[in-house]
Amino acid sequence: MLSVKGLKANVGDKEILRGLDLEVAPGEVHAIMGPNGSGKSTFAHVLSGREGYEVTAGSAMLDGTDLFELDPEERARLGLFLAFQYPVELPGVNNMYFLKAALNAIRKSRGEDEFDAVSFMRLMKEKLKVLHLDDSLLKRPVNFGFSGGEKKRNEIFQMAMLEPKLAILDETDSGLDIDALRIVADGVNALRSPERSMIVVTHYQRLLDYIEPDYVHVLAKGQIIRSGGKELALELEEKGYGWIVDGEAA
Amino acid sequence: MSAIPAEAITAESKADTVGQYDDLVNAGYEHGFVTEIESDTLPPGLDEGVVRAISARKGEPEWMTEWRLAAYRKWLEMPTPTWAAVHYPPIDYQAISYFSAPKKKEGPKSLDEVDPILLETYQKLGIPIEEQKALAGIAVDAVFDSVSVATTFREKLHEAGVIFCSISEAVQDYPELVQKYLGTVVPPTDNFYTGLNSAVFTDGTFVYVPKNTRCPMELSTYFRINTPNTGQFERTLIVADEGSYVSYLEGCTAPQRDENQLHAAVVELIALDDAEIKYSTVQNWYPGDENGKGGIYNFVTKRGDCRGHRSKISWTQVETGSAITWKYPSCILRGDDSVGEFYSVAVTKGRQQADTGTKMIHLGKNTSSTIVSKGISAQHGQQAYRGLVRIAARAEGARNHTQCDSLLIGDKSSAHTFPYIEVKNSSAKMEHEATTSKISDDQLFYCRARGLSEEDAVSMIVNGFCKEVFNELPMEFAVEAQKLLSISLEGAVG
Ligand SMILES: Nc1ncnc2c1ncn2[C@@H]1O[C@H](COP(=O)(O)OP(=O)(O)OP(=O)(O)O)[C@@H](O)[C@H]1O
Ligand SMILES: [Mg+2]
Repeated sequence: MLSVKGLKANVGDKEILRGLDLEVAPGEVHAIMGPNGSGKSTFAHVLSGREGYEVTAGSAMLDGTDLFELDPEERARLGLFLAFQYPVELPGVNNMYFLKAALNAIRKSRGEDEFDAVSFMRLMKEKLKVLHLDDSLLKRPVNFGFSGGEKKRNEIFQMAMLEPKLAILDETDSGLDIDALRIVADGVNALRSPERSMIVVTHYQRLLDYIEPDYVHVLAKGQIIRSGGKELALELEEKGYGWIVDGEAA
Repeated sequence: MSAIPAEAITAESKADTVGQYDDLVNAGYEHGFVTEIESDTLPPGLDEGVVRAISARKGEPEWMTEWRLAAYRKWLEMPTPTWAAVHYPPIDYQAISYFSAPKKKEGPKSLDEVDPILLETYQKLGIPIEEQKALAGIAVDAVFDSVSVATTFREKLHEAGVIFCSISEAVQDYPELVQKYLGTVVPPTDNFYTGLNSAVFTDGTFVYVPKNTRCPMELSTYFRINTPNTGQFERTLIVADEGSYVSYLEGCTAPQRDENQLHAAVVELIALDDAEIKYSTVQNWYPGDENGKGGIYNFVTKRGDCRGHRSKISWTQVETGSAITWKYPSCILRGDDSVGEFYSVAVTKGRQQADTGTKMIHLGKNTSSTIVSKGISAQHGQQAYRGLVRIAARAEGARNHTQCDSLLIGDKSSAHTFPYIEVKNSSAKMEHEATTSKISDDQLFYCRARGLSEEDAVSMIVNGFCKEVFNELPMEFAVEAQKLLSISLEGAVG
């Protein structure tokens, strides 16, 4: 599914990603943990094509397609989805309208029929149920005036609607209350399938109680310095990062 | 065809709000003119003989001729607009021809001869081919000349007693009405351009809605017949008698070409007791080719008079064209409890300049006005919003709400807001809000990460920004306006 090799990326003169490798097979869920500022969001942004980052080495292939050859929207149409750590507000742009436009842009690029209003509403109702999302949010402008938790849930709702191949969830759990965390996790789990992979960036083992990862990676100083099963997350919860990060530096 | 260099104009204007509200109108033109406009009918130049000749060509009655002449004589005494930063010679009014017969023969003979960019826009707007020809100035055949549509339209209006015709016809057929109302809202002496327009206007629209009548349909110039070429000095007069309602749509979303670069129109609206006029404009004058050549200079004086108690006038406008736009649709709130509204979206890109705004003059008691102005500036586009709200001493209990929002795309565009407020009655309630925002990279990336193209993202954000104004437009017009906005901002990012 995703194959990242030797990825290096700069912001300005500063090297943030310093040779990152990651292989994600179809159906797998990978958790990425790591200290603040270690490059987790940067990695997510570089994969989804955000401007402002310079890839200096390495490659990232999604199902054999070189992501770095594509514009952000082309990557999205290929099936890459990023749930933002800080979802962006779009004042005046109706949430439902936005989602329909996005969905149809993706479908169109694949040569599929665009959804009309009726079939779109039907799909939306279906997905809303799973996420226990209040449908009043759909009538409001995208993320505008949403609470932190509402924004995160809206991201997951978008993911459910767009049905990506590979979803990257960047700290979707932070800012969620316990009930919301459950709901989001249920939503994510409902989307797990043998064809769909996920990368879950989180600081908290708690999320991984709900979304059980196949692998856990530690990202520090721009590299994946340790990988393991879900028990690694427990160990990190207990001991912090110091023991691995310092060990690596030594 | 005349050509004006795109960079022909820069001028900082200062608006003097002391004294007459007219001062605002007179203040600060942005100008520069380097051309002569050819004529096939009357030779260039303006004198009493030319004014008489225009009147004679139109077979006008004596009183109309005299009215024009009086306007002309006053115009002669009016100071030519002064340019703050004169890099270009002022307009030579003696070089303009004031009566041109429709120049059908000189237009392009087929679509092959039309600016391909213009054609592309027509296609994107989904305009039928025959209509494209008409817009591009090509003589159209009888198929498109949908007389049947226009005829049914007229019959319906006739049943309701609504008069909707060209102003020339009105002068012939309804002289009492024209004489009673023409020039009572915008007097010929109002400003330089209204003086000129009053002397030489060639055509325009007349609407009269009788008492207690709700006009059965939206009136649109599109369906107006017998007015092949309204020309550069257009005159519109709309009168809503007591208790009546009319909605009028002006303009066209397709870029309109015109051989005349200077447009100085006058629009007068009169609402009597309990009457309401809704005037919507979607204007997309040709802004010029890719070098900005051939763009329209649009200097319009639009004013509504809420003459009766509880009357209401709303201006809604979406402006995307023109090389230079200079207009301030205004309301005089004369009747007690009268209401004035102004909703505007103006887009400037490339080298376009827009200087727009409104004036709300509160004279009656408990009058209220609402101003919502949305300015979008992309590339090198520049725009200024000027708003004057005046509360007269006798306007007890007047209220105004003004909201002025600017959206910048890219970092070379600019927008400025100049609110002027004069309050002479302490009971007035005034609210003013102004914001300037930019389409952020974060917003664009967010949209793109969801599969939307950059252009779709921009148009979505821009449409969201303009929503409050679009909501005021009649449904089909709103849809067209949205489409138009998207098209006019294509390629404006980056
Ligand atoms: N646009 C930028 N300009 C300058 N530095 C940047 C920029 N973007 C990221 N960085 C720096 O890159 C480093 C990695 O940031 P990143 O956001 O990827 O960290 P993170 O692992 O997601 O952290 P957190 O856990 O706090 O979300 C940080 O030191 C950050 O300051
Ligand atoms: Mg982060």
